[in-house]
Formats: sequence, structure tokens, C-alpha cells
Amino acid sequence: MSNKKIIRNGQIESDTWLVIKADSEGRSILPDDGDIIVPLSLWQEQAQTLKQRAGKLGIWLNSDESPESIATDLENFQIIAINFPVFMDGRGYSYARLLRERFGYKGEIRAIGDVMQDQLFYMRRCGIDSFTIKEGKDIEEAISGLYPINQSYQAAADQPQPLFRRR
Amino acid sequence: MYVYDDYDQQIVNDRVAQFRDQTQRFLAGKISDDEFLPLRLQNGLYIQRHAPMLRIAIPYGMLASRQLRKLADVSRKFDKGYGHFSTRQNMQLHWPKLEQVPDILAELATVQMHSIQTSGNCIRNTTTDQFAGVARDELEDPRPYCELIRQWSTFHPEFAYLPRKFKIAVNANPTADRAATLVHDIGIHIVQNESGENGFKVFVGGGLGRTPVIASLVREFLPKKHLLTYLEAILRVYNRLGRRDNKHKARIKILVRAMTPEKFTELVEQEWLQLKDGPNTVTAEEFERLKTFFTEPEYQSLPQQDEHFLALQTENNFFANWVKRNVTPHKKPGYAAVTLSLKKTGIAPGDATHEQMDAMADLADNYSFGELRVSHEQNIVLADVKQSDLHSLWRDAKQHGFATPTLGLLNDMICCPGGDFCSLANAKSIPIAQQIQERFQDLDYLYDIGDLDLNISGCMNACGHHHVGNIGILGVDKKGAEFYQVSLGGASGVDASLGKILGPSFSEKEVANVIEKIIDVYIDKRTEEERFIDTYRRIGIDPFKQQVYANV
Ligand code: SF4
Repeated sequence: MSNKKIIRNGQIESDTWLVIKADSEGRSILPDDGDIIVPLSLWQEQAQTLKQRAGKLGIWLNSDESPESIATDLENFQIIAINFPVFMDGRGYSYARLLRERFGYKGEIRAIGDVMQDQLFYMRRCGIDSFTIKEGKDIEEAISGLYPINQSYQAAADQPQPLFRRR
Repeated sequence: MYVYDDYDQQIVNDRVAQFRDQTQRFLAGKISDDEFLPLRLQNGLYIQRHAPMLRIAIPYGMLASRQLRKLADVSRKFDKGYGHFSTRQNMQLHWPKLEQVPDILAELATVQMHSIQTSGNCIRNTTTDQFAGVARDELEDPRPYCELIRQWSTFHPEFAYLPRKFKIAVNANPTADRAATLVHDIGIHIVQNESGENGFKVFVGGGLGRTPVIASLVREFLPKKHLLTYLEAILRVYNRLGRRDNKHKARIKILVRAMTPEKFTELVEQEWLQLKDGPNTVTAEEFERLKTFFTEPEYQSLPQQDEHFLALQTENNFFANWVKRNVTPHKKPGYAAVTLSLKKTGIAPGDATHEQMDAMADLADNYSFGELRVSHEQNIVLADVKQSDLHSLWRDAKQHGFATPTLGLLNDMICCPGGDFCSLANAKSIPIAQQIQERFQDLDYLYDIGDLDLNISGCMNACGHHHVGNIGILGVDKKGAEFYQVSLGGASGVDASLGKILGPSFSEKEVANVIEKIIDVYIDKRTEEERFIDTYRRIGIDPFKQQVYANV
């Protein structure tokens, strides 16, 4: 069982979720127990098996996998991870907002992949509440990226009212 | 002009602290070059050929005199004492030191200025007509809507990592499009529907660069309160579907073309239906609040025409020429809008020294309620000058080199910084501008040629908007040598069109000759009333081709 540090709800915490990757042929090897976050393709092939498995279940979306594809399955997942393959790829910001604001997902949404301090503010505002900081970066420093700017103009997942309805 | 409250000020102050921290982490080696790149770009900071370049936002071109004095001060303290006004109503410093950029931003924040999102793959500065609020034909003042868009787009959490940069321009004038809205990612026109209500006509997917495109209409009429939800729908469709595999195919214009404007519109409308009437629907109170910042200054009630002003024009031909070219009619009787030219021969178009900036700020205080605007054509506008003051303003402006009476003429070029400053350039552009300005120095001849937009870019990125110049000049690289491709027939106004390439490119020393030959054809073929673009549209490119390429 892995025991790495993540940022969750503004705190540094230990984490036990295991992110399952598919191999080059699209196959994944699942551990017998423990909490896993599976790729979309695996869920689409083996939803029943996954639901019956011991341990908690999550899913992760790559940046070219839209949240619409799981919109009707959301109650099966205790966590949804959004992968940012490179930080310049900003599709995941839209996915997070759609999951929160359109599909009403209330569970944990996690950013994985190329995730660093300076994206956390935007990610948090889009409804992402946990973050796996990429290798080589200091998580203690990264956490200060959650609130660099203390006011926002727009309505978003963290603030249902735009500033013009509050000022 | 918009004035910050505590919220706006806090956002800008927080940004200064954030960027200071980012810069320190970069200098300490905690952030790599690649990681720092989008962070500094989203703050307008480029690493250029000779030094960093910092692009400072001048939202929709509005500047208070104290802000311009601050720009003068910053360019004196942190740079070589001058700045460059760009075609998108920004000002660029070309020699700041990276370590000092946070201090520059802190100085700017004291006068409610910043460089947020002036570069990078995000929503950039919103631009508009430099005569907003004073133009005679305007349907209504576009600036409250520009400010609304500025606030909405500032640190928009969903759209900070778009496939590519994103530019929005607003126009409210049915007879002129001075903001070149149809070559923007989104062009917004304020229009009136049959029942007399004002709203927005929305165009998407215009742009210059490698693939110049005129924007497509996606919505005929959008009621005002839906502006932000509609923009959000467009941006969301683009953020999700725009190409990210190829930088040159990543602009929204490519997406719109690839899927057809009809299909794109359909997706936007679908997305919008979900957002419509949500919390981002703009309240009547917010529109009212924003409008209070753009009310009329304390105009005096004056006769339509100032008699003395008319008399001075008949007495002094130089003054009359300047009035003819650089003074624009005003909606208020007895007032005029004046364009101070930054196009003096021998100076890079759009460049101003710190002394000139201070002088312009003084002119604004003395003659125009302390406000100035930056124009898309890289000049500065004093929008509210009494006709009776024009003569003394002209004399003051002449002293500082702002009274070049060539507005809209061949010598009033748009020109990017080019190879002298920009690391992306194929060729220099400023020396080309100077070469042409020197060739066409005779004012009578320039007046005779009349209205003509000549635009120069140093490479395909088209910062000098060469595609929409009546004459466009593009720097190209021909086996390592700097060459120039000429195009004809572009236009950026309400009748926007893209130029057509004349033929094989020319070496640096041929450019002015070529322009001269092109002008000769026009002079020869024009009818009395025709501007250059009209003649071109009537006779086509062939007569120009024949003349230019004869005997080669
Ligand atoms: S057009 Fe090219 S050379 Fe000119 S400023 Fe833009 S990128 Fe640089």
C-alpha cells in the first residue's frame, strides 16, 4: 500500500488511493484489495466487476476524456481524478467545473499529473479539492498556491456568486 | 474612467505579491524555465533577443494623466527612458531587468495598472474604439462592457490555459470599426434590434498570423444581460475542443473553420442554454454601476463651430492640414478629439520617450480633462478638446513632435517592433518604416495620395497586422537574408478584407521603390473620389503587378 502525501481540503494529508494505469495494450492489473482509481476505459469494460470488488473505487479522466462519459455513473465513484498530462493543457479546468456545477458531483475531485503550486488557485476555483503535487516539488511550499489572490470576479465552483452580485 | 474599489485594488496587489514570489522561486532554481514560461507570460513578460520585454495593460486604451506619468517614470527608472505603444492598446518596455519586474508591477499597482494577461494562452486585454464615448455615430459607449469583460476575464479560473491566446474587441459604431474587431477571436458589435433595444452581435474566429481569417457571425442579437454567459459558452467550447497538438493550428479561428461556423455556433448555443440565466447573468445594477464611471466630463455649452478656430485655419495652412488629418469631429458642439501622432520620421512607430509621455500627460491635463487614449494605430488621443483650444494645443504638440499631420496617410504606419527587438522576427521592420517615411516626406504628395493604411510585420505572427493593411509588408527569410513580401487590398474597418500577395518578395533596399511604383499606379488609375483601397478593389491586383515587376 502506498502512503504518499497529497493536499486535500487545504491540508497536507497521507493518502492511500492507488492510481491504476493501463499498459500499452490497454490492460490494467488490479490489486486484490485497497482503494483504486481506474482509467475510464477499464470502467467502461468492467463496471460490474469493479463495483463488486473489495475496496473503494475512483475513476480518472485523461484530458481528452470528457466528463459527459461518466455523467450518469457518478454515484459509483468516491473520487474522480483529472489528469493534466502537461500543465499547459487546460481542458481539465472545464471538466472539473462541469462535474461540480453541471453534474452535481459532491465527492472528491483530484488533480493528478503535471500539477504544481501555481495552478492550484485556478484548480481550486474550478472545484478540485485534492492535489497530487508532481515529483520534485515541495508539497509544503506548494500548498501556499491555493490562495494567492484573495478576491475573485467570477462565479465558479468555489463561489456561486460573481463579485458584481456581492460588491 | 473606471476607478478601482478595494476589491479591484486587492486583486492587483495580490498579483504583485504572487509574481514577486514566482520570480524569486524561479531565480532560486525552484521553478524551471519551462514552468516559469506561462507564469511570466500571463504577466506580460517575454524573454526577448536583447532583454526581457514587459507588456503593460492599458485596458481598452484608457489612460489617466497620472497613469501616463507613472509609465514615464517607470521607463525612466527601470528602462532606457522610452516605451512602445502596441496595436492592442498596451505599452511595452523593451529593456527591463527580470529581478526588477516585481518592483515595476508594484509601482504600476499604485496607479491602478498591471500587466495581467497581456500575453500567454489566456484572455488578453479587451480593446475598443479610441473614440469611444465621443464619436458622433456611436450607438452607445462601449467602455462599460469592456470593463465588464476585463473583470470577468481577469484570472478566470477555467480559461487560464487555453490552447492559444485569445483576444476580444468591442465596437459600437456602425460606420467605422477602429478596433479591427473582425480580426479578433471574438468581435462584439453593439447593435440595436427592431424594438429599439441595444444588444450584441457576436463574431467569432477572426485573426491574423499565419492563417488570416475574417470572423464569422455566430449570433445576430444577444440581449445585454447574457454577455458573460455567452462568452463563457464560447470559451468553454474552445477550451475543450481547440487543437493543442500544433501551436499553429490552435487558435479558435482554426476550430471554427474546421468544424464550420454553423456547427460551432450550434455547440456554443447548446452550451449556452445550460449557462443562460445562471449567476453570471449581468444585473441591471452592475450595468448601472459600470456606466457611472464613463459619464460625460463637465463639458461647457458651446456653439457648434468656434468662429475663431475656423478663421485660424484659413490663415494658417499648416494648422489647417493638421486639423484636417489629426482632428476628429466630436458629439458635443464646440469640442473635438485630437490624435497626437507617434509617427515622426526617424522614430519607431508607436515609440514615446519618457519626456514625451510626461508632455502628453500635461497636454491631457491642460486640454482634455486629464484623460488620454491609446489607439490601435499606435497613436495617442485627447478625446475632449475645445475647438477654441486647438490652435494652442497644436503649437504645444509641435514642440514635442506629436503634430505630424499625417493621420491615416501612408506615413502613419502600423509597424511591429520587428528584428531590432523581437526574437521571433524574420526581418527588421522599423528600418523599413523609416525608409518609406523618408521617401514620402512631401506633405502635399502625401495629402494627394490620401487615406492609406500601410502595415508592417517582421514575421508571420503579424503583430503589425500586415494582412489588413491596404498595403501590407511582411518580413520573410530567404536563405538567411531579410526579404519583404508585399500584399495589397487588406482593410480592417467595417469592410474588412485580407490583402493579396503581389508576387515574389523584395530585398530591403527595394522596398521604398516598390511602394512608390504601387502609388504611381493608383495615382494614374484613380477616379477623383477614390481612395487607394477603392481603386484597388475596382481594378484588381494585375495593373500593380505589371508595374512593379516590369523589367525584372
Ligand atoms: S510580427 Fe513577428 S517580428 Fe513582429 S513583433 Fe510580432 S512576432 Fe515579432
